[in-house]
Amino acid sequence: MARVTRRKFLQASSAGLAGILAARQAPAFAQGTALGWLRWSDFVPASDQLLRNEILAEAQKALGIKVTLETVNANDIQPRVTSAVQSGTGPDIIMTLSNWPQLYADSTVDVTDIVEKLDKDQGGIYETNVAVARVGKRWAAVPWATVGFLIAYRKSWFDQIGVSAFPDTWEKYREAGKKLKANGHPLGQTLGHTFGDAPAFCYPYLWSWGGREVDEGKVVLDSKATLESVRFMTGFWKEAHDEGGLAWDDTNNNRAFLSGEISATLNGASIYVEALRKPEQYKTEKGTPLKDDIQHAALPKGPGGRFSYHLPISHMVMKYSKNAKAAKDFLVWLQLKPMFEKWFVSQKGYSVAATKEWEKHPMWQQDPIMLPFRSATATGRMLGYSGPPDKRAAEVLSRYIIIDLYAKAVQGMKPEEAVRWASGELRKIYSQV
Amino acid sequence: MSSIAPAHQRKRLGGSHWTGIAENERILALALLAPAVVILSTFIAYPFVMAIWFALTSIRVGDPGEFIGLANFAKAWHDSIFQTAFKNTVFYTSWATIFKLTLGMCLALLLNRHFRLKRIVRASMLLPFIIPTVLSTFAWRWMFDPTFSVVNWLLYRTGFITNRLPFLSDGDWAMWCAILVNTWRGMPFFAITLLAGLQTINPDLHEAAALDGANAWHRFWHVTWPLLLPVTLVVVVFSVIQTFSDFQLIYVLTGGGPANSTHLVATYAYQLGVGAGLLGEGAAISLFMFPVLFAVVWIQLRYLRRIEGA
Repeated sequence: MARVTRRKFLQASSAGLAGILAARQAPAFAQGTALGWLRWSDFVPASDQLLRNEILAEAQKALGIKVTLETVNANDIQPRVTSAVQSGTGPDIIMTLSNWPQLYADSTVDVTDIVEKLDKDQGGIYETNVAVARVGKRWAAVPWATVGFLIAYRKSWFDQIGVSAFPDTWEKYREAGKKLKANGHPLGQTLGHTFGDAPAFCYPYLWSWGGREVDEGKVVLDSKATLESVRFMTGFWKEAHDEGGLAWDDTNNNRAFLSGEISATLNGASIYVEALRKPEQYKTEKGTPLKDDIQHAALPKGPGGRFSYHLPISHMVMKYSKNAKAAKDFLVWLQLKPMFEKWFVSQKGYSVAATKEWEKHPMWQQDPIMLPFRSATATGRMLGYSGPPDKRAAEVLSRYIIIDLYAKAVQGMKPEEAVRWASGELRKIYSQV
Repeated sequence: MSSIAPAHQRKRLGGSHWTGIAENERILALALLAPAVVILSTFIAYPFVMAIWFALTSIRVGDPGEFIGLANFAKAWHDSIFQTAFKNTVFYTSWATIFKLTLGMCLALLLNRHFRLKRIVRASMLLPFIIPTVLSTFAWRWMFDPTFSVVNWLLYRTGFITNRLPFLSDGDWAMWCAILVNTWRGMPFFAITLLAGLQTINPDLHEAAALDGANAWHRFWHVTWPLLLPVTLVVVVFSVIQTFSDFQLIYVLTGGGPANSTHLVATYAYQLGVGAGLLGEGAAISLFMFPVLFAVVWIQLRYLRRIEGA
């Protein structure tokens, strides 16, 4: 893999920087510039190590910018953004998940110039990444990647109950789950207040029954389709799921699956990637490596179709940053192909790139188990459907209303009441100017 | 004091100017009060005033918003999650305080007796209170883990249960677990304060009551309890304030879940204000705590004054 030198970077990134190139040194602003970069603690720890140990050191050599990477639990990013914006000080670059850039657009630097170049250079940006990071005509964040969500399941346990192909409808999945739970291997799914797995399950589940939040600006959640989805879920949960899932965050299902407690769970590829990394540690009850018993499948379909929601990741350059220019240059450099490739490969398919060109990368040919993730993001819908994933949709997510719609029902609230409650909450949010 | 030595002698004693200032009681009082006033103004009064201002505006993260009067309060009042959180807060505070008081009193009465290793037991009793809340709550969270709970494992292994108990995954269970952890953590504060109160009670009173034929319960109810009441009320006031505005314990243990069933006013205010960036709404919700706590403090202190006056 080619090393990106300062010269190559400057040549590639902007002709306007030719003068700086001629001076044969890092741009004056960048010399000694320090940037703070806040990201989540990656579910693929090798990628955080790569960033810390290799990529940031190269950035310092190539750009003269010292970047300090801070990683936190993803659920703690939003509170950090709030405190940073309100106090006017904090990390220069902040990673965001989902449609959060819509909430913070007023506090970010316009990055339209670098996103447009990225779009042009790397085969176009996926629609979902565009929808979350662009606010009106301006880009509030630079699309980085998307975490694909598929069901990871134990092939041998499904075979044991006579299910050789993964169930393609909710009814079939429920029947399989019933048998698996009877065998001591329930399905695992969080319905807790957490950023990833909970919305990645609940929203597509709602859509697959034909339910949706809004239509032409009007809240339409209280539909027959939504009600049917809730009714089905109450039985499905008790019969097939590990009911502890109500208290799970995004890490519990990983631990439960890797320790052989659950047979299937909607997740990013982190379970498989971890099993792959430590085949000696994670084994089946027969003593064979767990990785060889894991398969991936899309969420089943319902009467309304088959849908998915994947988690877009973007980077915001904060308006309060005194080094916004350096931050933008760092992001340009980071997403140049040779640099991005290192990170992309380290993810082993856990994240797909925000741009389409990376679908062609040879990494996808290395492991057929990961192949379903390659084009997963192309089929995803976004929050707030069929409205835009704007700040109101982000607020619905921040209040976990769609997740609680199901969590309340499985805890005993009447389905009609749960739907009425969630619709009422949505109406309050969407009636705001 | 200033009349003791004439001015010229004071000068000889050294630091004429400063001694003069130090001996002026008004200035000394101001100087001693100043640090407390500065700290309270900076960390209590300023945030409180800002919270009131935020609550009256439509401020969101990165958007200063505009003055909207009491709209945030009205919105919170009609918000079903806020209503749940408020009820939860009252429930949580009431039961946790009752348990802390009852168990703390029992513990104090036990520790007031003479036994071997008394000092070590008294000191170790304070451990839950000393350990940072976040750390101890994390330990409890692991003990109540939906999948790997050591309590479930133990009960299952000893044959008491066949299915896991839903410690944190059932709304009611989760609330009682939170009350249990709060009681575990807060009980030592009650016990040590009540113990201090117990030790001020003259043993002669108990002896006299015993001679008059009072049994243990009568001695507690007619001698100990009335004499301990002022201390008890003070400790209950402190505890109610802390429990009603509790945040850390719920944030770490349940995050307010499942489905808001353990959300307290403070955790919901945080979720909206800091998590979702709706600072105005978050501030309005947090301010709902103020009148309740003010009323509790006022009633209890009034009662206390009446007892002292009697």
